[in-house]
Parts: sequence; structure tokens; C-alpha cells
Amino acid sequence: MKTKRRFWMDGPYLIWTAAFIVIPLFTIVYYGLTDKTGAFTWSNIAQMGTPERLKALVLSLLLSLLATFICLIMAYPLALILTKMKIGATGFIVSIFIIPMWMNSLLRILAWQTLLERNGVINQILGFLHLPKQYLINTPYAIALGMIYDFLPFMLLPIYNSLEKIDSNVVNAAYDLGANKLQAFWKVIFPLTLPGVISGITMVFVPALTTFVISDFLGGSKVLLIGNVIEQQFTQVGDWNVGSGLSLVLMIFILISMAVMQHYDKDADDRVTAL
Amino acid sequence: MKKVLSRIYLVFIFILLYAPIAVLIVLSFNKSKTRAKWGGWTLEWYVKMFQDQAIMSALYNTLLIALLSALIATILGLLASFSLLSMKHRTRGFVLSLLDIPMLNAEIVTGISLMLIFIAIGQFLSHWGYTIEFGMMTVLIGHITFNIPYTVLSIMPKLRQINISTYEAALDLGASRWLAFRKVILPDIMSGVLSGFMLAFTLSLDDFVITHFTKGPGFDTLSTKIYTEVRKGIKPEMYALSTLLFASILLLILIFGRARRKTAASSQPAVY
Amino acid sequence: MSNKLIDLQHITKAFDGNVVLDDLNLYIRENEFLTLLGPSGCGKTTMLRIMGGFETPDRGSVIFDGKDITSLAPNKRQLNTVFQKYALFPHMSVAENIAFGLRIRKKSEDYIRDKIRYALKLVNLEGFEERTPDSLSGGQQQRIAIARAIVNEPKVLLLDEPLGALDLKLRQDMQYELIRLKNELGITFIYVTHDQEEALTMSDTIVVMNQGYIQQIGTPEDIYNEPKNAFVADFIGDSNIIDGTMIQDQLVEIFGVRFACVDTGFGTMKPVDVVIRPEDLELIPVGEDAEPDSPAYQTAVSRATQINPGFFEGTVSHVIFKGMHYEMEVQAKGFEWLVLSTRLFQVGTRVLMSVDPYNIQIMNKPESEDEMAVKLDEHL
Repeated sequence: MKTKRRFWMDGPYLIWTAAFIVIPLFTIVYYGLTDKTGAFTWSNIAQMGTPERLKALVLSLLLSLLATFICLIMAYPLALILTKMKIGATGFIVSIFIIPMWMNSLLRILAWQTLLERNGVINQILGFLHLPKQYLINTPYAIALGMIYDFLPFMLLPIYNSLEKIDSNVVNAAYDLGANKLQAFWKVIFPLTLPGVISGITMVFVPALTTFVISDFLGGSKVLLIGNVIEQQFTQVGDWNVGSGLSLVLMIFILISMAVMQHYDKDADDRVTAL
Repeated sequence: MKKVLSRIYLVFIFILLYAPIAVLIVLSFNKSKTRAKWGGWTLEWYVKMFQDQAIMSALYNTLLIALLSALIATILGLLASFSLLSMKHRTRGFVLSLLDIPMLNAEIVTGISLMLIFIAIGQFLSHWGYTIEFGMMTVLIGHITFNIPYTVLSIMPKLRQINISTYEAALDLGASRWLAFRKVILPDIMSGVLSGFMLAFTLSLDDFVITHFTKGPGFDTLSTKIYTEVRKGIKPEMYALSTLLFASILLLILIFGRARRKTAASSQPAVY
Repeated sequence: MSNKLIDLQHITKAFDGNVVLDDLNLYIRENEFLTLLGPSGCGKTTMLRIMGGFETPDRGSVIFDGKDITSLAPNKRQLNTVFQKYALFPHMSVAENIAFGLRIRKKSEDYIRDKIRYALKLVNLEGFEERTPDSLSGGQQQRIAIARAIVNEPKVLLLDEPLGALDLKLRQDMQYELIRLKNELGITFIYVTHDQEEALTMSDTIVVMNQGYIQQIGTPEDIYNEPKNAFVADFIGDSNIIDGTMIQDQLVEIFGVRFACVDTGFGTMKPVDVVIRPEDLELIPVGEDAEPDSPAYQTAVSRATQINPGFFEGTVSHVIFKGMHYEMEVQAKGFEWLVLSTRLFQVGTRVLMSVDPYNIQIMNKPESEDEMAVKLDEHL
């Protein structure tokens, strides 16, 4: 009786996870390490070594690191400002940062085309101010901007959450013991928000590293990221083995960032309450 | 001075976040068919979108998948939460890290892995003459898969706060297990269940990448339709539809939020 | 005792239009154990936070050692705080917590090591250097919070309900511990609590506060024995507080019965509040069906009138055994009197009830809220 009830509780989720999360990941490993005939090979992974793909990988890493870094230095002061605002308004202000997510994300990125174009909104404003037009769209910077725009809330919310949780008396205690504002920040506030910061970094870095939509929309066909390379392998070239091999390389970076995350952030619940 | 600076910063961020949305809303009223030109105000696209078969079917698919995947993911998440609660510490840690995979993994990898497994299952079944069709079913499974962790992590914290003795008290007072669950446990975790459902619904509604890899030709949701339309130019009807969806979700959340705040306010003890 | 160390002058503070402190004056002497006592929301914590520098008063000034520190930042003040729920730095070890203030002051590592050892010894937690705060019990965290504050050698230690989160037994132990610490350190303690027993046990001076006003300042004995108004009487210990009429000096009428008392200067035929502590009421048993003119009854009356010419006749309606004594309720004149006695009187016992004139406290009735707030500038 008891084991039967256990099965009905544990069973559905575990079976689902095995079938659609764990086994599929092994399928990638299988395809990535075999050729068309099913024989073992490293060649799919070595495919990452072509100059074009290496360039895409390096550019992806650079842009996602840049976007993550800018998100961090934009989101941290923002979270500090939001925390300082008195309660009551906080819920409202935080939802201001969530509401944009209700508009289709593809269209939101697309809207940046309209803003960044040669005759787009930003250049028209610059023209109005008698400033020279800027070439913005279809550059790596446009892609970085798209990443920052799209993933800023993922950086903001975990940091805001960890700031919110700090007992104000702990900060007061630092002042009480003689710390000035800067010392209190670096010795007490920042270390206590480190889990939130780490969580934010992974939540921005992984999607930025692997995106193909943002580069598609804002990079034109001129700039290829590793996400585009892999996506094309599956949808245009149709070579799953090479596509899986390239994905395996990408997964190394994802695994590193997941390991970092697991190490620092023991409380996974935070991330969801943040959303 | 500091206050002024932080205000300015907030406004800057606000503009950054809302400029694209403003652009889209304005475009939905643009008479000109291309987004590069302003042709005056019109409500034309709000009427025309209902006549566009392809857009309407994409909308139908999007909403149906969002609703079903959120519902199924919530049920599975509820079961998983209960089983997690009664697990031994080590098993729980293992299952929780399984839960982390679809949240932390790149969407493109999750999408590809699902696509490959569906193909593999299809090949396996072909020995008996069955086939797997990429479409509603595969997309739905994909969405349920990435939604489950979010529902579990919405429900778990609420479940952990429950005082098990209230459930035992209900049994003690003669309630059946089912009645005790419905009357004692469910009301306490309801807010978590609802927010898990809402989260799953929105994530599904907005998803592109997983859908892109698990859908077959001829099947579209709004996101995939937008993606294929980008190169030949987005139909203005799409802006109108998205604006409408945005406005209705916003309205829904406002009403929902207000109702929730009211109950929260009334259940809080007065603070002196 | 010596001169004023802290002088609070005309302190007024409001939050969102709610006045929390209203024109409050108080000074604290060097080496004093002063307790701010009152119910939650009375303004005691706000007052402490103003002294610590975490709030700025809307009006008034804080003078510390002759200097105005009203708007001085908390990190520049020569006082340290032990916070409610301790506020230890959760990401630091015990040693790092204690060293925090010393490192800020750029003390040498040798000095810091000695200080940590000294402070841990002082709070009886030797060897706890490398533990983390969340591995400590509430009482241990409490001691670390105190150690962290005192290594900075403040002139004043501010303690904000430091024992509030501990259980009863531990709280009592910590009370003695705090008194010992204070004596060893020889510094001023300002202590905030809502627990009257804590205040009576530890303090040199108690400041009773309510609704932003000081109700009474005095030694624990003063506050307990001579409450200045019904609020103080009610807040400190259990009391019977009854309406009465002051007939003339040294004579008060309660429920139509005249009692001798020792208070003077309330005028004649003036309505007053009468406070009688439950342990001061004396009960004399009367036989179950003794007639008023029977000898047994007369004996009882004469014993009662030896105590006070006035007395009540009543019936014991309720008894609870409290270990050291019995807590009883006596119905007399339509009022339920609370009586503490080491002698047991069964429920239903007819008793005469009297009280020594010295144990009757007469207090003016507050005519309005404002008058209830006795503003005391004279410090006993």
C-alpha cells in the first residue's frame, strides 16, 4: 500500500525527467561521438576547430562575457536603489522590470532594429541634436546591447532578492563598529549578496553565450555566433552528428558555469521566487 | 543629490526597458505596411488580424500549448514536490539537481536534445509501423519539460512551511486523507500552485527556442511565425496581436495581483 | 554617581506623522545601568537608535560627554550596540566578527588576537574562534554579539532587547552574566526591554516609557513600590487598581469603605486611582456561617482592624498554586481582587481582607492623555 502510493508520487516526475531530460542529453553525446554509420569518432568535436567556427565561438564568449559584465554593473546599483525605496512601492517597482517580459521576446528584440537602424529612432534623435549618425545595427555591439536588454532582469532579480534578505541591523552593526559606507559595502553587503551575484552571472552568461535569435535579428547575416553555427547545422545543413559534436563543446562551458553556480548557490528556491 | 542621481538612473533603465515596447505598440497603429515608414494612425491591423488564418491558428496553438503545458506541468510539479518532501536528504539533493538541468542548461541544447530523442523514438517505433509527427504533441512535451522545474520550485517553499500537525489534526477530527488534503494542505499551498501555473504559462507563451526545434513544418506558434516572417518583413497584424496579448496579460495580472494583495492584507495582523 | 555622560534634550521624532517620541528629556550618568522599559511601540527602541546614530531626531539634541553628536554618523560614535537578534555577520567566523571593528581601526594583528581571546574569555566562549554564527545557539550568538561590541572599548554599550529571543532559563542566566560583565568592564549600559522582571533585576535606574513619553524614572525599588501613575503600576508587576475618593489627607474611600493610608496633599473629596499590590492584601478567614455578632466573627474583625480600620468582606473564588505561593481571586464589593499569599484559602472560604496603610498607593487620575504623560525632568 505504502510503496504503491510512493510510486504514484515519485513515479511520474522521475519517468518524465529520465525520458525527456536525461536520456535526450545522452543522445547528444551519442550523436556527437559517432559518425553516420554509428562508429565512434572525435571528428565531430574537432569540427569546432575550423577558423570560421572558432571565430564564432570566440566572439560568442567575448560578447557574452561583456554583456554579463555590463549587466552586473548596471543591475547592482539598480538593485541597491530599489532596495532602498520604502516598502510598498517595491512590489510595484519590481513588477516594472517584469512587465516587459509579457511582450513577445522575439518582437522586443526586433524592435531594437527599428531603434538602431540607419534611419532608426536613435539616429533621428541624434540628427535632431545635430550629432553625426552612428552605424549601430548589424554590429557586435548591437548584439551585446540586445543581450543586455534581454537578460538584465535575470541579473537584477537574484541580486535584488539577496539584498532584500539582508537584515538591516547587520549593516547597522557594521556602521556601529566603525565602518564607513564603503567599508560596510565591501565587507558586509557585497559578500552577503555574492550568491545572488553568482546566480545572476550564470543566468545571463549561459543564454547570452548560446543565443542565436539576438545575433540573427541584430547582427544581420554579417555576425555569426556559435548558437547560429549550431542551429544551422540542425535546421539547414542537417548534419546532426556535427551539430551534436559542436553542442558538446558548448556544453563544456555551460557545465563550468553550472558547477560554479551549484557551488555557491545552495538554495535553488531563490531563483524562482525571483521570477 | 544622491536621490536625484538614482532617479535619473531609474528613468534611464525604464527607457531602456520600455522603448522597444513603445516602438511595437506604435507600430501596431502604423498605417504604412513597412516599419521603416510612418503612415499615420490606424486600427486596421487590429481588425485584419482576426481574418488572417495563419496568425489565428498560430495564436490558437500558442494559447493551447501554454494552457495545457502549464496545467500538466503544475500537476506533475505538485506530485514531484510531495515526493521530494518525503525523500531522504541525499536523494533529494540528486533530484533537485536534475531539476536544475533544464533551468540552467542552454535552451538550444535542451531543444536539440528533445529533437534528437523524438527522432530516435520515431525510428524505434517505425519497426512496428508507427511514426512520430513533429507538431503539437512534441512541442507540448517540450514545454512541459522545461516548465516542471519552475512549478516545483514555486510549490516547494510553500509546502515546506506547512505544519504537518494541522493535517494530522484534520485526520484526528475524522477527515479522510483526501478531505484533509483538500481542506488543510491545498489552501496553504494554493498561492504557490497558482504562481507556478502562471509562471509556466508565461514561459510557454514566450518560448521560441524549444518550439523551434521540436515543431515540424507547417506547425507554428506566434514566436516561430514571427521568426520565419522576419526576413520577408513582419506583418503589422503581428504587432497588433502582440500588443493586444501584452495588454490583456497586464490587465489580468493587475486584477490578479490586486485580489491577492487584498487577501494578504486582510490576513496580516495589525502592526503597532 | 558622577556627571552626565549622555544628555538627551527635547528629543522629538515622528515616523510618517506618528509621533514616537515627544519632547523627551533624559540624562544618563557614567557607569550606570539604565533600562528603558515599556510596551512595544512606546518609543524605547527609537530612543536607543537615536543614541546609536541610526535615527536622527526631528528636534532636540544628543549631548555625549559635553559634545553635540546629534547628527554624527554611527561609525564615529564612542558607543556600540548589541542588536535585537544579534545581527552577527553570517559570512564571517566568530573571530572575524569580533575583529571587525578592530580591523576597521587598523589595529595590529597581535592586538586583535589578544583582544579576541580576552573577549571570548569574558563571555565564557573560549575556543569558539573558528565557528560560524549559524552553528551557535541563541545564547552563544548573544555572547558573541556582546564580545564583538566590547572589544572596541566603547564608553557606552547599547543593548536592544538582547535577551528577547532566548528561553526563560537562559534569559535568567544571561541577566546575571550581564551584571557581571558590566561590573568587570566598568562602562555604562543602556538596556531596552519590555520585560519588567529583567528591568527590576539588573538596573540601577529604570525609565518607564509609554506612547513616546517618560512615565517615571527611578530605582527598581522606587518604581515598584511607588508607581507614579496607574500605567506604571499596571506595567510593573500585578496590581489591583481601583477607583477611590480621597476623603482627606491619609483617608481614602474605596467601594464605600474608608481606609487609612499615608498619602497626603491630594485635596479633599478628590477622585483618585488606588493601587494595592496583590502580595500586600491580607486575608483573615471567617467561619463558614459565623453570624456578624458571633465571637468568631468579632475576633476576625478585630484582627483586620489592627491592620487597617477599613476592610472588606469577600469570598475566595479561584486558587492557583504557583510553586512559591498561591494566587487567589477574592470577590468583594463586586470586584475581583488579586491576592498572593503563602497560605492557602480554599475556594468558597469567607474572608476579611485588609491592607497596611503603607501599602496603599494613591495616584491622581489622569484628566487627559497629556496629563497622563508625566514629564519628569528631575532625575532621582
